[in-house]
Amino acid sequence: MLDPSASNGTPRIGFYICHCGTNIAGTVDVKAVAEYIGTLNGVVVSREYKYMCSDPGQELIQQDIKEQKLDRIVVASCSPLLHEHTFRTATEKAGLNPFFFQMVNIRENVSWVHTDPVAATEKAKDLARAAVRRVFLHKPLAPKKVPINPAVLVVGGGIAGIHAALTLANAGKHVYLVEREPTIGGHMAMFDKTFPTLDCAACILTPKMSAVKSHPNITLWTYSEVSALEGFVGNYKVQVKRKPRYIKEDLCVGCMECVTACIFKDARFPDEFNVGLSKRKPVYIPFPQATPQVVLFDPETCLQLKKGKCKQTCIEACDRECIDFTQTEEFKDIEVGTIILATGFKPFDPSKTPYYGYGTYPNVYTALEVERLVNASGPTGGEVVLRDGSHPKAVGIIHCVGSRDEKTNRWCSRVCCMYSLKLAHLLKEHTGAEVYNFYIDMRTPGKGYEEFYDKLLKEGVHFIRGRVAEVTDWAMDAKEEGKLIVRVEDTLIGTVRRVPLDMVVLSQGLEPRADAQDVRRLFNISCATEGFFLERHPKLAPVNTFTDGVFIAGACQGPRDIPDTVAQAGAAAAEALALIDAGHIELEPNTAFILEEDCSGCKSCVPLCPYKAISFLEDKKKAYINEALCKGCGTCVAACPSGSIVQNLFEDDQIFSEIDGLLSELAVSGGGRL
Amino acid sequence: MTNTPTNGKSGNWEPHIVAFFCNWCTYTAADLAGVSRMKHAPNVRIIRVMCSGRVDPQFVLEAFAKGADGVLIGGCHFGDCHYSEGNYKAARRIRMLKRMLHDMGIEEDRFRLEWISASEGDKVKLVVNDMVDKVKALGPLGLPGRFNEWDKEMEHLEAKAGVKEVAHAG
Amino acid sequence: MTYRYFPGCSLKSSGRSYEESLLAVFRALEVPVQELDDWNCCGATAYMSVDEVEAFALAARNLALAEQGGNGQAPQLMAPCSACYLVLLKTQKYLAQHSDLDQKVRAGLTAVNLRYDGRVQVRHPLDILVNDIGLDRIKKRVKAPLAGMKVACYYGCQIVRPFATFDTAYNPTTMDKLVAALGATPVAWPLKTRCCGGTLTGTIPEVGLRLNRILLGEAKRRGADTLITVCPLCQFNLECYQDAIQRELNANVSLPIVYLTQLMGQAFGLSDTELGLQRLFVPAARPAVQEGGKAAHA
Repeated sequence: MLDPSASNGTPRIGFYICHCGTNIAGTVDVKAVAEYIGTLNGVVVSREYKYMCSDPGQELIQQDIKEQKLDRIVVASCSPLLHEHTFRTATEKAGLNPFFFQMVNIRENVSWVHTDPVAATEKAKDLARAAVRRVFLHKPLAPKKVPINPAVLVVGGGIAGIHAALTLANAGKHVYLVEREPTIGGHMAMFDKTFPTLDCAACILTPKMSAVKSHPNITLWTYSEVSALEGFVGNYKVQVKRKPRYIKEDLCVGCMECVTACIFKDARFPDEFNVGLSKRKPVYIPFPQATPQVVLFDPETCLQLKKGKCKQTCIEACDRECIDFTQTEEFKDIEVGTIILATGFKPFDPSKTPYYGYGTYPNVYTALEVERLVNASGPTGGEVVLRDGSHPKAVGIIHCVGSRDEKTNRWCSRVCCMYSLKLAHLLKEHTGAEVYNFYIDMRTPGKGYEEFYDKLLKEGVHFIRGRVAEVTDWAMDAKEEGKLIVRVEDTLIGTVRRVPLDMVVLSQGLEPRADAQDVRRLFNISCATEGFFLERHPKLAPVNTFTDGVFIAGACQGPRDIPDTVAQAGAAAAEALALIDAGHIELEPNTAFILEEDCSGCKSCVPLCPYKAISFLEDKKKAYINEALCKGCGTCVAACPSGSIVQNLFEDDQIFSEIDGLLSELAVSGGGRL
Repeated sequence: MTNTPTNGKSGNWEPHIVAFFCNWCTYTAADLAGVSRMKHAPNVRIIRVMCSGRVDPQFVLEAFAKGADGVLIGGCHFGDCHYSEGNYKAARRIRMLKRMLHDMGIEEDRFRLEWISASEGDKVKLVVNDMVDKVKALGPLGLPGRFNEWDKEMEHLEAKAGVKEVAHAG
Repeated sequence: MTYRYFPGCSLKSSGRSYEESLLAVFRALEVPVQELDDWNCCGATAYMSVDEVEAFALAARNLALAEQGGNGQAPQLMAPCSACYLVLLKTQKYLAQHSDLDQKVRAGLTAVNLRYDGRVQVRHPLDILVNDIGLDRIKKRVKAPLAGMKVACYYGCQIVRPFATFDTAYNPTTMDKLVAALGATPVAWPLKTRCCGGTLTGTIPEVGLRLNRILLGEAKRRGADTLITVCPLCQFNLECYQDAIQRELNANVSLPIVYLTQLMGQAFGLSDTELGLQRLFVPAARPAVQEGGKAAHA
C-alpha cells in the first residue's frame, strides 16, 4: 500500500528503537528488533540507541532525515502519551511534516509488563512492524492553532482558589472566582489555629480574602455556581448561576441592623459555619470576616420568602434600602480560556462509624466542631463547654475516623495526625484536662511537624497506640458512671484498656465532595477510583487533568494540608499562565471530514455527534462537518455506512494496515481483505 | 517468529489477541499498569484509537480474518467518555457485532468489550490475563488457514464439476 | 405463603419453650409454618471448626430439603436459633462465592439424590415478623398491651454479624420497634449485640460469667424489667447463671430472661403454658395491672 502523496514511489522509512537504559533493553532484544525491521519493505534506516528522547537521540533522527532523505519516522520506545510530542518536534525541526511520525510503545506496554524476553521481543517486532505499515499511509497535516482567551475561571474560593486567583490577577490576567457558599474562605476559615506554627487561621487568611475582594482583576461571585459549560481549551463559554441573596450586594455594608431587627427575636436555626453548634436567624452573615461582607436571607427559614407574609422589620431597619425580596437567580455568561478547579473536600461523616457514638452521645464531637469550640469567635467564645454544659476533665482524641479503613475509606487523610496533635494542644491549653490521643501511626512528615509532635509529648499528652473499638457509656464500676468509655487495645503494652473520658473528639478524614462526579462531568475531566479528581500524572503532572485547559488544585485532587494546597494552587496558576502567555495552543489535527462525492446523504452521522459538529446541507443533500467543533473522537467515522467520513491520523486504511501489520506473520495465505 | 497455529492445543501455541484501546481511559490505564510494573500475559497487541466509538466492526472482522484468535476492545465507563457519548455508541454497535460473530460460529470468549478507567491499571492486567486464559482454552481460530482450505475445496469442486466459477460475465 | 421451619436441635430440647411460643405466635397471627421434614443438625459453631467442607455439606442438606416441592416461589426457610440462622446463611453465601467448595458440596448432595439451586431464602423470625408480617398486623393482634414494661432487647452477636441482612450491625432496632408495637418501652442500651459468651460459660466459666454479668448488670442499671432474646444459648446463659454470678462475682443480677416470642405471646393474651412460661427459672415479668395500679411483675 503505497502513498503517492509523500514521495514518488515507496516511502523512505527511518526506524529507531530505544534501549531506555535497561528499561527496554533489559527485556526486549532491541538489536534483533532493529535488524528485523531493517528487512521490511520501505525501511531505509533501522537503528537502536540508548536514549532516543535525549538530544543526541533526536539529532540522530534529524541527521538521517537530511542525509538519507527519509520521509517517514517510526520510534519504538516509551508511551506516546509521554514523548510523541518530543519526536514530532524533532521531526519537524529537520524539515519533515511532524505527522509523518508514528510511535510504538514497547516500554509501558511491553518491557515493563512482560517477563519472558522471547515473548516480549516477538511482541515488540509485531508492534514495530504494524507501525511501519501504518506510517506508509500517513499524510502531511497541520495542527490546529487555537488562541487562548486570557481570562481565567477559578471554581472554589477556599485557600486554593484564593491563592490561584491572586497569583493570576497579580500577573495581570482577569479572573472570575466563583464560590458556592455566600463567602470565600472555605474550610480554612473555620479553623482556629493552623499547625505547626499555631498561626491563627483567620489572621493569615483574611488579608488574602480582602485582597481578592479589592483586586481590580478579580470578579468575585459568591453564592454562585457554574451551571453550564461548553467549548474547548482557550475558548470556554461558561454560564454561572448567581443564587439570590435577596440583598442588593453593592449597597449592603454589612451593618447587620436587619439581623437585629428580624422578626425572630432569638436565633433558631442551625448555624452552618459553627457546624450546628450555635444558631442563627434566617437573615445572617456567615461569620464576622465573611467576604463579601454582605448578609443573605435563607429562603427555607425566612417567613417572607417561605410563606409570603412577614412584618418585614428588616426592611424598616435598613436605611440603605438593600433588601429586595423579588430577587431571582441570575445567569451570567462569560468566556474564559482556562479553568482551575479548587472545589475542596468534604469531611467524613462519622455517622458512618456508629460505634464511635457520634449523634448518640452528646459529648462526642467531630474535629471540625472542636475547631469552632476552641475558636475565640466561635459559639462559646473559645471556652470549651460541652453540650451538656459541663467542662471536660478528660478528653480523648480518636485518630483515623473513616480513614485507613476497609469499611469506609482506605486512604490516609494526611492531615488528621497533625490536626489531632494541634487540637490536643489547644484543648489542654483551654481546659487543663488530661488529653489522650488514640492513634495507629503518627504521621508527621512536613516541615516542623515532627518537632511539633515532640513538643506535645513534652506537654504531658497521653498517647495510646491502638485503633479504638468503640465509644460507649456502659460502666463497669462506679468510677465509670456518667463517663464516655473508650475501649481500645493498647498495643504497646499489649492489653485492652477502658479509658473513662468526659469528651471524645473524632478526627474525621477527608473525602471527595458529594457532587464530585457531577462537577467533573460538567468540566469533562475524570475522577480516580476514590472519587477525587484525577491528575494527568501522579508525579509529573499533579495539577493538570486529561482535558487541556482545565487544572485542579488543593484537596479536590486528594487530601492535603495548607502548605501543599497553596503550592498546588500556585502550580495550577503557573500552568494556566503558561498557556495564556503562549497565546495559543496547538490542537491535535485528528478531526474528521466528509468525502462529499462518496456521501449518500443517509444522515446516519448527523445525530451521533455530541458537539453538533455535523450538519446536513439541504441544497447538496450531503453531510458536512464543522472542523472547529469536531473533537476527533471518530464515532461518526465508524458509523458511516458508505465509509465516506475520514478521520485525520486515524484513517480506516491506516488502521487496517496496522492490524495487518500486527498479524502478518500469521497469515498463511497472502489473503485479501474482507 | 513463526507462530503458525497448529490444530489441537499443543503447549507451544500462544493466542494472538488484538486490542483496541481508547486513548483517554484504557490506553492510559495500560500505561499505568506499565508504570506500576504489573506483569501480565504478552499475547495482547494494542492499537490506540482516540475513542472506543472509533472502532469500526470491520476492524474486528479484519483482525479475525488476518489470524487473530481474540479481539479486545477497551473504553471508558459509561458517563466517563472524554467525548461524552462515544462509548455508548461503541456498546450498541458491539452488541450487534457479537450476535453476528455468534452466528458465524466464532466463540463468545474470543471477542470482549471492557470498560476500564484511566486509574484502573490493575483491571487491565486482570482482563488481559483472564482473556488469554479463556482464548487459550478455546484453541487457535486460524481463519487464514481455514480460508485457504475453503479456497482449495472450491477449486476441487470446480474441477470436479468441470466449471470455473466466473465472478464476472465477459 | 407458608414458611418452612428449621427448628434446630436446641428448640427441640433445652430451648423447647422457644418453639412453643414461636409456633403459638405464628398461629395467632395466622401465618402458616411447616417444619422441614427430615431436617438434620446444622452443625452450629462446633462442626465448622472440625471439618469445614463436611460442615457446609451438613448445613446444605437442609437448604436442599427446603427447596423441594413448593410452587416456584423462592422458598422461605425460617431458622429461629441464631446459630442455625447464621450457619445456614453462611453456607449459602460461601457456596455462592467459592466454586470449589460448591462443587464438593453438590457432589455430596447428588450422592443422596438431593439438589440445591440457591433459591431458598434463609430468614430469621424477627425479620419475618417485622418486615413480612408487619407491625400493623402485630399491633392489631395485641390484646393485653405491655403497658409500663421496660424491655431490654438483646440481639446477640450472630443475627446481624457478619451479615447485616435485615438490620444494621452496630445498633439494630428491629426488635425494639416490635417491642414498642406491643405497648412496652424498649430500653436504650449499648450492649444489644455484645456476646454472651456462648459456650464459654461451660468451658471457661470465669470469662463466661463475667460477660453475662456485664449484660445483666447494664440491663438492670438502665431500668429493664425484663430482657428478651432470640437465641436459645443466649437465653440459657443469661437466665441460668444468675445465682453463680451472685456467688462468684458478688453482683445481684436477677432479671427475667424470656424469648421475644414469649413476650409477644403475653401481649397477645396467650396462656402461660402455650408459651412455655412455666419452664423459666426466673419467672417472667408481667405488665402493670390496670386496676389498683400495683405492679404485678417480679
